[in-house]
Amino acid sequence: MSETTPHQPDAVKFNIQIGDTLTHNVKPLLHEIKHALDKLIETGKSTIIDLRSIPLAPGEEEKILNTLGQGEVQAQLNALGLSEITETQYAGVWIVTHYNDEQHVISRFIEVTTMPEILCSQTEDVMEAYSRLTLDLADT
Amino acid sequence: MTNNKDKTLGETLRSQGISRRSFLKYCAATASMMALSPAMIPKIAHALESARRPSVIWLSFQECTGCTESLTRAHTATIESLIFDAISLDYHHTLQAASGHAAEEAREAAMKENFGKYLLVVDGSIPMDNPGYSTIAGISNYDMLMESAKGAAAIIAVGTCATYGGIPHANPNPTGAVSVGDLIKDKPIINVPGCPPIPVVITGVLTHFLTFGTIPELDHIGRPKVFYGQSIHDRCYRRPFYDKGLFAETFDDEGAKKGWCLYKLGCKGPTTYNACATTKWNDGTSWPIEAGHPCLGCSEPDFWDGGGFYKSLSMPTENIAQTAVYAAAGAVAAGVALGAMNKSKKNSAAKAHNKTTIDDLEK
Repeated sequence: MSETTPHQPDAVKFNIQIGDTLTHNVKPLLHEIKHALDKLIETGKSTIIDLRSIPLAPGEEEKILNTLGQGEVQAQLNALGLSEITETQYAGVWIVTHYNDEQHVISRFIEVTTMPEILCSQTEDVMEAYSRLTLDLADT
Repeated sequence: MTNNKDKTLGETLRSQGISRRSFLKYCAATASMMALSPAMIPKIAHALESARRPSVIWLSFQECTGCTESLTRAHTATIESLIFDAISLDYHHTLQAASGHAAEEAREAAMKENFGKYLLVVDGSIPMDNPGYSTIAGISNYDMLMESAKGAAAIIAVGTCATYGGIPHANPNPTGAVSVGDLIKDKPIINVPGCPPIPVVITGVLTHFLTFGTIPELDHIGRPKVFYGQSIHDRCYRRPFYDKGLFAETFDDEGAKKGWCLYKLGCKGPTTYNACATTKWNDGTSWPIEAGHPCLGCSEPDFWDGGGFYKSLSMPTENIAQTAVYAAAGAVAAGVALGAMNKSKKNSAAKAHNKTTIDDLEK
């Protein structure tokens, strides 16, 4: 995932030695995802985890993203800057990354769901599309 | 800037051709920015749909403009610009194009038009010694603050100077600097300290007001709990090293290179409440502790007089008595009395003041 992002937030590297056991945030998060998948199977309810709300050591976010890997679906959304929506190798676990116009990450979520809400066509947009198409046809 | 004032945010965005999907993205980023649970996204969307653009008056007093610099370098240009589209920033003497009489007229007009409804943002402390130390258009900071506060729905004090006096208030406080909260007691005040505050924390608080029309839950010194509810120490990624007793002893020893805890190098993380550990700085690139430097505690009152940035918290500060005097001064309501008090303390503090040398830093 991190290889495909247009902006690399790791451009600045400090001289800090990172060990695999630096902190223990990666494994608990993977367990949280497992529990969320269980909830999705049992109740159909989705879970969203905001990666910005978790204290992560340098390199840990990359480790989480690399562990989750890439699955079958990759989508791009062009709305107020780019967004990338990627299903990980674990079906039902999605990474949603929002960028601004300057290609900076403004938020990143792990969504455990069958389909992230932002990919669905929105009722308001569908209604607006209907009116617009009706007007376009009236013009021609 | 004052166009579309009667439109809701939802209407403003739709009139700009922004789709519902974009709006959802905006809400997701907003939830993240406000440190709210992603489960709140639908509620934020609902509230923002009907939110109206509040008028904002921003006053800058004794400050270095670092807080405005921080805000305008928030690195989330799209989202920030939406917020600025969503608020009507009627007066900000650094950012506005108008100057002189036109600028002051804009402030007065905004105050009159939106009396009781506008949001007052203040950065910088207020000098109570000689009003001439800091004036805008010939108006003393004190007079401008009191006049502008009258019709404000709420006041946001941005930066440690406005919230707790900050660096101008530091020993020997030559200008008799006081905070907004020292002078105003009859309005809701949200303290957003930091030197400067994290950009998204400033915008997060603005957005909270815009979204819900209320002030967020505050701690005992007026800070929004959502950003200042946990100590740097508790959220620090180096915390496991503290728990194991692994410390850097100098800035270049083996412990420093391995990224161990900076407590012994003077880190104020255990007594500092702020969001740096998770929000980070410069587009989430890093933050002081990740860069290998101890936390200075810049979001706490009197951080500048805490007894040395490189002294471990376990060592007593030398000016405990003086800090107590300043704390007592902070509780006095009348600003004029405060100014007089600060003046007398200033003289004694000036006599006791020792210059810091490079040797002191290396102690």
